[in-house]
Amino acid sequence: MSTRLSTGGRLIDRSRQLTFTFNGKSFKGVEGDTLASALLANSQTIMGRSFKYHRPRGVMTSGAEEPNALMGLGKGAKFEPNQRATTTELFDGLTAESQNHWPSLDWDIGEVNAALSRFLPAGFYYKTFIHPRPFWKHVFEPVIRQSAGLGKVPKERDADRYEHFYAHVDVVIAGGGIAGLQSALEAGRAGARVLLCEQTPHFGGRAPVDGVSIDGKPAEDWVAATLSELEGMDNVHIRPRTMVAGVYDHGYVIAYERVADHTPEADAPRHRLWRIRTKQVISATGALERPLSFPGNDKPGVMLASAMRDYIVNWGVSAGDRTVVVTNNDDAYRTAIAIKQAGLDVPCIVDARPEANGALPDQARALGIEVKTGMGIAGVKGLRGVVAVKLCRQAGEGAVVEEVVCDAVAMSGGWSPVVHLWSHCGGKLNWDEAGAFFRPDHARPPTSHDGAGFVTCVGSSDGALYAAEVLPNTSAATRGMLGQIGKTAADAPVVQADAPDEAPLAPIWMMPQGAGPKKRAKMWLDFQNDVKVSDVQLAAREGYESVEHTKRYTTLGMATDQGKLSNINGLAILAGELNAAIPQVGTTTFRPPYTPISMGAIAGEARGDVFQPLRRTPMQDWHEANGAHWEPVGQWRRPYCFPRDGESHRQAVNREITATRNSLGLLDASTLGKIIVKGPDAGRFMDMLYTNMMSTLKPGKCRYGLMCSENGFLMDDGVVARLDEDTFLCHTTTGGTESIHAHMEDWLQCEWWDWKVYTANVTEQWAQVAVVGPNARKVLQKLGGDIDLSKDALPFMAWAEGKLGAFDARVFRISFSGELSFEVAVPASQGRALWEALLDAGAEFDATPYGTEALHVMRAEKGFIMIGDETDGTVIPQDLGLDWAISKKKDDFLGKRGQQRSHMTDPARWKLVGLETLDGSVLPDGSYAMAEGENANGQGNTQGRVTSTYYSPTLDKGIAMGLVLNGPDRMGEVLEFNTTGDRTVKARIVSPVFYDPEGEKQNV
Amino acid sequence: MLLLECPYCGVKADETELTPGGEAHLKRFGPGSTDEAFEEYLFLRPNPKGVHFERWRHAHGCGKWFLAARDTATLEVFGTYTAQTTEPPEHIIDAIRAKRPDWSQA
Repeated sequence: MSTRLSTGGRLIDRSRQLTFTFNGKSFKGVEGDTLASALLANSQTIMGRSFKYHRPRGVMTSGAEEPNALMGLGKGAKFEPNQRATTTELFDGLTAESQNHWPSLDWDIGEVNAALSRFLPAGFYYKTFIHPRPFWKHVFEPVIRQSAGLGKVPKERDADRYEHFYAHVDVVIAGGGIAGLQSALEAGRAGARVLLCEQTPHFGGRAPVDGVSIDGKPAEDWVAATLSELEGMDNVHIRPRTMVAGVYDHGYVIAYERVADHTPEADAPRHRLWRIRTKQVISATGALERPLSFPGNDKPGVMLASAMRDYIVNWGVSAGDRTVVVTNNDDAYRTAIAIKQAGLDVPCIVDARPEANGALPDQARALGIEVKTGMGIAGVKGLRGVVAVKLCRQAGEGAVVEEVVCDAVAMSGGWSPVVHLWSHCGGKLNWDEAGAFFRPDHARPPTSHDGAGFVTCVGSSDGALYAAEVLPNTSAATRGMLGQIGKTAADAPVVQADAPDEAPLAPIWMMPQGAGPKKRAKMWLDFQNDVKVSDVQLAAREGYESVEHTKRYTTLGMATDQGKLSNINGLAILAGELNAAIPQVGTTTFRPPYTPISMGAIAGEARGDVFQPLRRTPMQDWHEANGAHWEPVGQWRRPYCFPRDGESHRQAVNREITATRNSLGLLDASTLGKIIVKGPDAGRFMDMLYTNMMSTLKPGKCRYGLMCSENGFLMDDGVVARLDEDTFLCHTTTGGTESIHAHMEDWLQCEWWDWKVYTANVTEQWAQVAVVGPNARKVLQKLGGDIDLSKDALPFMAWAEGKLGAFDARVFRISFSGELSFEVAVPASQGRALWEALLDAGAEFDATPYGTEALHVMRAEKGFIMIGDETDGTVIPQDLGLDWAISKKKDDFLGKRGQQRSHMTDPARWKLVGLETLDGSVLPDGSYAMAEGENANGQGNTQGRVTSTYYSPTLDKGIAMGLVLNGPDRMGEVLEFNTTGDRTVKARIVSPVFYDPEGEKQNV
Repeated sequence: MLLLECPYCGVKADETELTPGGEAHLKRFGPGSTDEAFEEYLFLRPNPKGVHFERWRHAHGCGKWFLAARDTATLEVFGTYTAQTTEPPEHIIDAIRAKRPDWSQA
């Protein structure tokens, strides 16, 4: 059993006790513990269950690569699933729950999957659940859903806050081990702006645990001295608890700082996302130990050798009383020595190599530890823990030579450099035969905007795994990098790091090497996803030769650790099965982030009210105070209607329409796009932009116009007013303003750059109110001023400028409702006052503010099209009966050539008509008009669709517009429209102009 | 995330400040052109692996369109230049040739 030792633990403060709960049970830990070390100290060796077989699992590692000890942390609005116990700092009051078990961690019903494991091989789901088809929906899926899924989704809105932080530096250094510190020292002394990020709270990495000495002193002393020198440099910034998550194009780097995970009550953002531009990245990310593939290597109590050493040295926690160490290298001997020095037993070291005669094995033997060379593990006894291991010859098939009683196993299959940051942006790797790992190929680095490499791996991350190599490698590489950014390294000697020499490892991918199928089915590669040696071999036999295919078929490396632990083991097994060399099989792609980062950090401050900016009209406060029901339109928020007490939205809309048609309505039209086109060539440019002739428009007049893309499709519409000989004011749709302005600029800057024209988007400089209804003129005349608003002086489609009461106004006599209508534009600062003046003056006419829905219904009653309803990017003006707005005189305009293509001139295009249901009901939005027969996919044919559909209070019936095959030639015909149910609705084809077809009302 | 220098305002702009505009130096074909010429102008793009001339707008900056010569595979940027030209300027061609001696303009 694991327990807390009476002494030791360089990172803990035993005098400060902390209380936490795990699965509802209260435990004690100490300051400096991780959740994993505290659970081990409380003899809680089972920390989770695997994903597929629900096998009991203990902690495997002491760091970011942990596959097993995943927890749900916190409660309610602070709950977060899938957090690694190994990287969770303990704090007083922490609550954790284990995952993937039912009903309890100790007794799980899903374990039955494990008993059936030989019936659940790789690809089982793909193979089994294809037939019979209905079984998937009704039988398999509900059962699988019940047991699948990793962790629980938080149910409440996240109570924490998060932030983004921007930084521009010369060098980002990822990793605060001795390589990262040395690199920071070199870069800092050379005057570079350095950001040094370390993912844990502690600097120094493995060196202090591994007994490395630097400059003749313990590594810890050098780390402390170096940190203090770096802290004294203004150009060096040091961030603990900050992981460099990803390296992207042109020196863009994302780092993830866990600011307050360990102090949840602090007044601070929980996580901070650093968005960095850097000239260079130093990857000092170290290396990760690999497991060995022997039968039973997943049982609780089997742990990486380095992790076991970490728990003893860093946290004063032992994994067991009697630990067997199994290895293919010298490094694991350090663990045996650390265990022995902690006063615990190591019955033997099982070394797969034929001999072990280096300094570390000698030291182990001198401590009285028996070293069994050429041996392997044939099996691990015990159900929920380790009871004994069975030893065999590594060279054989697993015949048991002896059984060794023990309660923990430390395994080491060698080390893999962490090359993620090198690889994120395309850095290539070479296979290192001697070390049996992939290392960066310096000739093929990830390249930046200038074509030069911008990531440098140093120390273990570069494959310099031995302590003595790390500092010289780091200094040389960092100095080379400094030269690239024009900095000169300070002339300081490189200090020397010392550790016992190590003999080479033996590449052992399977233990024993001749293991049969039964044993191979118990050798785990991917612990979280339950992928075993047998699964990868099966995938290879079934033809999955590509490593990327094997990954997806077996789910190897698809767990939350993303293959950090044992992808290399899996590749080696695949290579063995394919009789190929490992570098030929290659690796899967390394993708950011290095470890999962929180969704909160990605969102940062962009949530709630600041998710996106809100554009406000000058009248917005009035709308808010008067109960507007809002509709988002682009980044605006427009009143949909103004419901009064006890009124439904529909009732409010009907009232607004009736009041407008009978007397007076007011619409805040400020959001309407207003773009100025000005210059000697403005008329020429307008003729290219619009389908109709704009250059002939007289100052003082307005004209409705259409804009098409070069493809011929209708993009936008609106009324153009000519302000003077040189100047046009283009009204655009609310949502289209910015894209239309960009469209104009594109043609002006990139095609007709010699034309003398400027454009300006002045939408927000003006407030605009549509004054609509039979009493519209009266209310404006009441305001007074010097503009003659009479029918003769200001006829339909004219505009005038002057004083309207005290306001500086432009009055446009245009109508989108069919009523007598004036759009009054005033400088934005006068908007609210104008709105209130109109309400006051209009009180005697029951002036009624109306919203976008009333606007929509009134325009539909008049058969006016709406961009986005009648158009969808595939509709040309000719489809909408707008041929009258397309000039035949102009040689060219944007879209003219496009509209001449055969498909656009096809007489069988669907065209705009009005639709009236026979029973007066409102047609469902998006309905299709059904036609005879079926298409090639067995779907019913269609002959048209509904584009707008409303209840018209004016006509007291449903009205709709739609695009119908040969529609204008089929007036009076009755079509059948589908609904989401079995019901169909019959509607008659009619003119799209339902109300005042002669246009008499707007022309008074 | 690309970093491109706007040749108008001199800002080294993050990709998020820019909007892309596809291939540069297209010749417009309008009314009177053949179906083939119009199709080529409107739809057909070479999508090369390697040197590419493309349009970008400094949309969240000065609002100007500019052109960039870039390697689509390595993302190396050979230069950016103003949009008022029908072909890449000499210094851009030289910069590409210096880095890609085998490159020839299609």
